[in-house]
Formats: sequence, structure tokens, C-alpha cells
Amino acid sequence: MNCITCIDYIIIAVMIISAILAVEWRDLLAAAVGMAAVSLFASILFFILQAPDVAMTEAAIGAALSGAIFIFAIKRTQRFETEEEERPGWWVRW
Amino acid sequence: MVSILKRSLAIITLLIIGYWLAQGLSGVPFGQDKMLVGQYYLNHVKQQTGAVNAVTAVVVNYRGFDTLGEVTVLFIASTGVGALLWGQRRKRTARTEGSIVLTTGTRLLAPFVILFGAYIFIHGHLTPGGGFPGGATIATAFLLLYMAFTVYEIPHRAFEKTEGIVGMGYVIVGLIGLAIGGYFLFDWIWQTWHLGTNNIGRLFSGGFIPVIYTIIGLKVGTELSGIIDNMLKEEVSE
Repeated sequence: MNCITCIDYIIIAVMIISAILAVEWRDLLAAAVGMAAVSLFASILFFILQAPDVAMTEAAIGAALSGAIFIFAIKRTQRFETEEEERPGWWVRW
Repeated sequence: MVSILKRSLAIITLLIIGYWLAQGLSGVPFGQDKMLVGQYYLNHVKQQTGAVNAVTAVVVNYRGFDTLGEVTVLFIASTGVGALLWGQRRKRTARTEGSIVLTTGTRLLAPFVILFGAYIFIHGHLTPGGGFPGGATIATAFLLLYMAFTVYEIPHRAFEKTEGIVGMGYVIVGLIGLAIGGYFLFDWIWQTWHLGTNNIGRLFSGGFIPVIYTIIGLKVGTELSGIIDNMLKEEVSE
């Protein structure tokens, strides 16, 4: 395994970790930043995979614009996810 | 207890789906020429379109009608945001000015970000990029301006007029192609006028690709800026 492949695997691992954190975090502002981080690392990965057009679009739209729009939406509503009661699903009820 | 059960069930389902997808995809030979059309584009792109960047040649020239559809989708999305938030009087209600780093950095950087976006879409037929990344970059500059200054607003009337005119411009370029060459979005600048034939690899070549990409870049930039403007303003109750 040469080192370029190592970088690929590191970026993929960071992407997966940020995606899981973006789902798990209760603080929605942090979750939006985690989602933007996924896009940013995806754009680096696109650049390594020799698709600079896609990398540019992903960085501009995924990381900057959609992250900003999520943050505006959080500013209008509320910052923390509320705890809804966990009701058992249909597979438990029957 | 219920939560753990639910979560493990979800994980098991995901693993099964992932295994199934991996099994299916492992049989596909990646990186091999399965289709003949890709090689055809690479062989003929220079004499047929005059563009050095084959990706933009495919997007604008060979598949120009699809790109018109994409622009239409973006227009519908922008119209939808505008219609959803229409009705009330809306104003900027931000109270706190941006920090000194943000305001100074925006003052310095915003013109250059706009210039870079324009560079991306004007040079779409030579370097990677094109109308959509360039327009998104321009919209990012306006986002910076909105975040840094509390009273800033885009020039609405000019932006709406630009959006409409360039949207019509795309169709008009296509209709001129229909009149000259016999089909919609025919590359009349390259194939009829032979403009820039001995200029391949410089700015004034590539037929109508720079024209179309300038149109798309302006349209995407103004539309995304309009979406940002709509999302950021809050309605004022009087």
C-alpha cells in the first residue's frame, strides 16, 4: 500500500466519523458543521480522484451554501434536539 | 431496551443491504471501457466542439438540452423558495455587526471571490469548472457580504432582470442554432462561422461553450444569491 492510498483511507474514515457524529449530536449547530465537514472531505477526495470540477462544486455548494442555509434554519427555530419519547415499533408491539 | 433492539435491527438491516450491494458491485469491472461513446467523445472533441476540456464539451455541447433542464430545475427551486416565503414584508433584522476579522476579511476578499467565480465560468472550456461551480462561488461571495454587514442587501431589481435576461438568452442561443443548423442548441459559432479554429486552447475558441457558460454562471449566481436573501430575511410584524 503506497501512501496515496493511505490518505484515501484516512479521508474516508474521517468522513464516516463525521457523518456518524452529525447524526448523533443533539446540538444541531454542531451537527450542521459535521455535515459540512463530510462535504469538505468529500471534495478533497474528489480532487484526489482527479475530478476537480466536482470537487469545486461540492466545496462551494456542500460545504459553504447548504451549511449556511442549515445554520440560518437553526437560528430561526431551536438549537437543541428535543427528546421525544421512544415508542416501541410495530415489531415489538405484536 | 426497546431502543437497543431498534438500533440493532437497523444495523443488521444496513449490513445486509451493504453486503448485497457490495456483492453486486464486485462483478462490475471499474476503469474499463465498457461504452464506446466515451472514447468517441475523447477522439472527436477537438474538431467537433473546439474545447480542450472534454467534460464541459459533453455538458454544454453534446448534452446541452440536459443542461437547459438542469437550469430550469434550479429556477423552479428558486421560485419555490420565493413563493414559500412570499407575502409578508420582510427585512433584515440582524442586530450584531460581524466581528472585525469577518468584516475586514470580507471587504478584502469579496471582490476577488466574485472575480474567481467569473474566471471559473468564463474559462470553462479550458480549465476544470464551468457555470455551476462559478455561479456557486459568486453566491458564496454574497453570502459573506450578508454575514458581515447587517444592512447589506443584494440589488434586487438588477438581479431579477439579469436572471430573466440570461434565462431567455440560453433559449435564444439554442433557437439561433435551430434556425442556422437545423436542430436546437446547434453550435453555430463553431460549426458555421468557424470562429477560433486556429485558436484552440486559448480563450476565444470553443464555439458557444463560453457564451452558454457565462449565461449559466450568471443565472446560477443570481439565483443562489436570491435564495440566500430569501432565507436570511425575517418578516417584520407591524
